[in-house]
Amino acid sequence: MTSSVAEPQSTPQEAGDIYGRFVGVRKVFGKQEGAMIALSDVDYELRKGELVALLGPSGCGKTTLLRIVAGLTKPSGGSVVIRGREVTEPQDDFGFVFQSPNLLPWRTVLSNVLFPMEIKGRLDAAAKARAVELLEHVGLGKFLKSRPHELSGGMKQRVALCRALIHSPSLLLMDEPFGALDELTRMEMHELLLGIRRLTGATVMFVTHSISEAVYLADEVLVFSARPGRVSDRIRIDLPYPRAASQRFTTAFSEYERRAGAGLGVLHHA
Amino acid sequence: MTINAMKISSEAVTRVAYPVLGLLLLLLLWQGYIVLFDVPQAVLPRPLAVWNATINNLPLLLSEGRVTLLESVYGFLLAFFLGIPIAVAISSSRTLNLMFYPLLIATQALPKVALAPLILVWLGTGIESKLAIAWLVAFFPIVVDTATGLRSTPTEMLDLAASVRATGWQTFWKIKFPAALPFVITGSKVAITLAVIGAVIGEFISSNEGLGNLLLVANSQVNTPLAFAALLALAVLGMALYAVVAFVDIALKPWFSEVRH
Ligand SMILES: Nc1ncnc2c1ncn2[C@@H]1O[C@H](COP(=O)(O)OP(=O)(O)O)[C@@H](O)[C@H]1O
Ligand SMILES: [Mg+2]
Repeated sequence: MTSSVAEPQSTPQEAGDIYGRFVGVRKVFGKQEGAMIALSDVDYELRKGELVALLGPSGCGKTTLLRIVAGLTKPSGGSVVIRGREVTEPQDDFGFVFQSPNLLPWRTVLSNVLFPMEIKGRLDAAAKARAVELLEHVGLGKFLKSRPHELSGGMKQRVALCRALIHSPSLLLMDEPFGALDELTRMEMHELLLGIRRLTGATVMFVTHSISEAVYLADEVLVFSARPGRVSDRIRIDLPYPRAASQRFTTAFSEYERRAGAGLGVLHHA
Repeated sequence: MTINAMKISSEAVTRVAYPVLGLLLLLLLWQGYIVLFDVPQAVLPRPLAVWNATINNLPLLLSEGRVTLLESVYGFLLAFFLGIPIAVAISSSRTLNLMFYPLLIATQALPKVALAPLILVWLGTGIESKLAIAWLVAFFPIVVDTATGLRSTPTEMLDLAASVRATGWQTFWKIKFPAALPFVITGSKVAITLAVIGAVIGEFISSNEGLGNLLLVANSQVNTPLAFAALLALAVLGMALYAVVAFVDIALKPWFSEVRH
């Protein structure tokens, strides 16, 4: 399924340029009395080509932060600056993968993937070829004409991934994209995502509440705590690339998991 | 055949057999009641007499049925093709919405058939007035359900549209409208049934053709078996039209599976 190119990779940390800056990003829902601080003063520097995992319990503001970065929600304070420009609305070179596949059920798989190109008025032969190529890459080459209801949950989420990638975004925003999948499908999706990331070099923000998923995928894990939602820890994951499933069982891996668990308050540092 | 397939087919038999059994039981009660209390035919004909009247008057029932069918279908189509653009207009303009949506909901409470006598005054006793009454009763469920559908687009789909920077127009035609189609079909199911009622009421008030008219004529001649035969024809007509819309619904259901909840 994944074309697992086994060539040695430069570790993305070395790419290093700043891609985006979050300064004092806050979000408050509701008015004065009964107002709820969903997100409190998030400062962060997003490096180009990195995969950052936003890890935290539900309700801690991960989706809110991701939506602010995507330009779908306005922050109550602070700003998100991507490549020198403040984000105030969705950008053409962002791709968003939602928590549910969020496919349009009346469209075929292929036309779902082409949806962003259709909207942008770039529905040409090249776009179609790219859509087919992406779908073949994720193992759905035989399902171009299928409707979403004919697919399994994992297949739908792969279509959603292709849709987010169709316009070659430089930033991929993913909101618990594999949360609803079973363990095995989820591990397949991890390999797929790492492969796609290697090929495209996109910067990725990935929301999850799974500690091992965060550690396995990310260059850096932002650990969130709830009420008010804020970043309680930043963990750089210096596991070698390309990541492989066997790394999940190394001591280094467990050590990162332990630290993330401590940041979440589920474990305490020994 | 697998055990599963056998289960399904025996389930299907049950679903057909039981209603048939229920019908037979009712016919038996009907017949028994007439025999037991010696009810005269002018009051209540025996099932067999109704059946005979149906067979003997089949050409008449078909030709009158055709009239009622056309009135109902044209009324429905008029309601459909006028109702949807109006629902679209109310849903896409905030001003129009504020002005007319509450009125639309309020008119739901008005018994539209009460307007039938007026419509006859305006449009005369020809097919136009039947069509207008059928249109009037079928129009509201289509407008209201379509408008409701256009207002209930799943928020995630709207986020998708926003994330790819779709214009308002694109969001409407590529997301909101297709997502509202299940609601349009739900409205159409109600509307098609109401259209038949509207046509018959129009015929009741003044007409010289159609099944509603035949029912009145048979009644006035104390030809109760024929009146029952006309009723039976109306029931078949109503069910057939409903079945057409229900079929479209079933055919489209899988495509819209994710929109419905
Ligand atoms: N549109 C909204 N209006 C009011 N409260 C909201 C809204 N969106 C999110 N919240 C609240 O903000 C908090 C953070 O939500 P969210 O970002 O979805 O958390 P997470 O994705 O980490 O589970 C939650 O308590 C949620 O109820
Ligand atoms: Mg969330």
